[in-house]
Amino acid sequence: MDVEILSRIQFAFTIAFHYIYPPLSIGLGLLMVIMESQYIRTGKKEYETLAKFWTKIFGLTFGVGVATGIVMEFEFGTNWATYSRFVGDVFGSALAAEGIFAFALESGFLGILLFGWNRVKPWVHLVSTVGVFAGSMFSAIWIVVANSWQQTPAGYHIVSTGIETRAEITDFWAMVFNPSSMDRLMHVWFGAFIAGAFLVMSVHAYYLLTNRHVEISKKAFKLALVVATVFSIGQLVSGHHSANGVAENQPAKLAAFEGHFEAEAPADMYILGWVDKEEQKVTGLKMKGGLSFLLHYDFDTPVTGLNAFPEDERPPAVNAVFQFYHIMVTIGMLLIALTLLGCFMWWRGKLFNRPWILWIFTIAVLLPQISNQLGWFAAEMGRQPWVVYGLLRTTDALSVSVSENQVLFSLILFFVIYSILFLLFLYLLDKKIRHGPYSEIPDEGRSLQSDMADVVSRK
Amino acid sequence: MEKFLGFDYPTLWFLVIGGLFTGYAILDGFDFGAGAWHLFFKKERNRRIALNAIGPVWDGNEVWLVIGGGALFAGFPVMYASLFSAMYIPFILFLVFIIFRAVSIEFRSKEEMNWWRKMWDISYSISSTMLAFLLGVVLGNVLQGISIGEDFQYHGDGFFEFLNPYALMVGITTLALFMTHGAIYLLMKTEGRMYEKLTALLRNGMIFFIVSFSITTLYTLLYIPHLSDTFKSEKLYFIIPLLAFLSIANIPRLVSKKKYRMAFIFSSLTMSFLLILVAVELFPTLLYSTIDPSFDITIYNAASSEKALSIMLTIAAIGTPLVLIYTIFVYSTFKGKVQLDDTSY
Repeated sequence: MDVEILSRIQFAFTIAFHYIYPPLSIGLGLLMVIMESQYIRTGKKEYETLAKFWTKIFGLTFGVGVATGIVMEFEFGTNWATYSRFVGDVFGSALAAEGIFAFALESGFLGILLFGWNRVKPWVHLVSTVGVFAGSMFSAIWIVVANSWQQTPAGYHIVSTGIETRAEITDFWAMVFNPSSMDRLMHVWFGAFIAGAFLVMSVHAYYLLTNRHVEISKKAFKLALVVATVFSIGQLVSGHHSANGVAENQPAKLAAFEGHFEAEAPADMYILGWVDKEEQKVTGLKMKGGLSFLLHYDFDTPVTGLNAFPEDERPPAVNAVFQFYHIMVTIGMLLIALTLLGCFMWWRGKLFNRPWILWIFTIAVLLPQISNQLGWFAAEMGRQPWVVYGLLRTTDALSVSVSENQVLFSLILFFVIYSILFLLFLYLLDKKIRHGPYSEIPDEGRSLQSDMADVVSRK
Repeated sequence: MEKFLGFDYPTLWFLVIGGLFTGYAILDGFDFGAGAWHLFFKKERNRRIALNAIGPVWDGNEVWLVIGGGALFAGFPVMYASLFSAMYIPFILFLVFIIFRAVSIEFRSKEEMNWWRKMWDISYSISSTMLAFLLGVVLGNVLQGISIGEDFQYHGDGFFEFLNPYALMVGITTLALFMTHGAIYLLMKTEGRMYEKLTALLRNGMIFFIVSFSITTLYTLLYIPHLSDTFKSEKLYFIIPLLAFLSIANIPRLVSKKKYRMAFIFSSLTMSFLLILVAVELFPTLLYSTIDPSFDITIYNAASSEKALSIMLTIAAIGTPLVLIYTIFVYSTFKGKVQLDDTSY
């Protein structure tokens, strides 16, 4: 294998692994803010218990997220030196802004969020929770801005200095508000909220099934269900908007999403299918003219297909892009159906006494994770062969001085470490969940007993 | 060229990045240093105290690395790309240890078993030690210069070229300085028996530092002549090494008087003076080429455009006061001796 493939695998692997955690942190952040505000507003102890419990799990996801996040920043320099030289001038301000506005905010307040319960007033603690949550949202802004600039570059010009060619920034705000950044930011935020809400629902559904922490779990589940429903539906709107943007700015990517080859023809939309790149055919279940309709509200409007582009400017892995995109969309639809079903049963008062639906919600935590991951794979692989769309090819973006052996060494190292890390993460998550929301006492039964014992002895 | 406060933008940005790296060295320096001492504490309770002394702040300290790295990337992309790809192995190892360290801190307290805690103690201490050492190794390579070619690319070979004698010396000196710094920090945070033990450890740390620092300085003067060029042409700069030596000498004095807060200030000052020394030795070069001086990467041929640098200065001007405000807020919330409670590690 050559340096390019190895470096791509390494970057994909490290960033995909990293991306398990930030969406959970952002999503849990939102729920923690809601829980803690509820506690301060109503003064009900349950909300405090919930906020504390989820803060502990948040601490776990955040910790792994930070530790695995620095890796990408370093990899730009170590593995993608030519890329770094090319984009540094533009990209740099976004990354610097991320560090100083977002990361510093979240890490600064994290200490108080995790360790400050007994040291500061409740409202100061809430401010810290909001600070951490806001920080994680800001983080997403700058990272998505930087990545979106790679998809739809804006606010720059190309300068050649003899030794090298690079993009230089001309307009900061045009770079920040490049054509795809806001659509993609919404999509990422919503995806994160959904991931967090589904984790909360999963854990509390599990408690309800095993008849533990019942009252508190009902509260948490309802809260998370509302968040999940709102943003699952919102994600459909955001996704539609985003796809329109892709059609306009990255037609080759959109064509790959739907396996649309013909240069100028009405495009179909597939529910599922299989792309044969050689034969330029898609076999599967389709809605004739569906993509045309989605983009132009007309079944017969032609859509630019892959053949409109020279061979070396089309995404090479069309079928993979197609599959990832379709699985993401299917899961999105499934989540809407699931949350609406949950709301319906809540309205009918059957939500908490039908074990099957609680089982579904216990397992469903995996769906937003898969969908978030595959969405990014579709977005990044759909941009190929470019690393910066239309400007810099992935093949040309490598570090010239790094050898195959070095990358192989680091890749194996990351693989081993991340495997250990992932197992430990699961083990500790499981442990925290088994332990439950009450810190000293293992379960509610004993909590009640000891509460009564306290009352009795005081008398 | 556009100027601000009498400096051109690349120079200004050089100062900003220097400031960020100094801040990073002072902050993560004490928690790496504290980590390097970790296995010297034998009792579980002492280890917990040591860990919780840095508990609420280590994560915030690492932010400085992210910001400093980001600033280098943004300000001098050519330097960032060349340095990181040239130092591939040390940077990858640095990442590996930084992950291990974070994981050790997070996971240690999650189980009661003896072997579990011991395992994470060892991994925490080794990774803290290695991180301090690797930072020094990279610094040593930067000071000494690496084989940079005409195209700003690294043309060295071999997996282990980064491990040369000078880099090793700077690495060990950095470790010794961080350990001294870390021991002083722990002294401010502990009491009782552990405090007694730390005073003995600190004494060893100071000796370790002074010896390794002297050897490295001697080696620098003898074998890396380009680093003293600036001082030969401008005698006024001699004040910087002078201040560095005075502030180093002041540490044992303050320690013997048990003025640990002042000692901590002076170990921080020592780091600042030493890094100012590095900055003066380098400026305006960022990375010396051992192939040909005309291939040196300097602040001028590595910098981003003026437009980009001015945008980022604006960002820094808005952001820095905010960062300072909440950093102070966090440190004041957790000031004083460590108290273990149910939310501790």
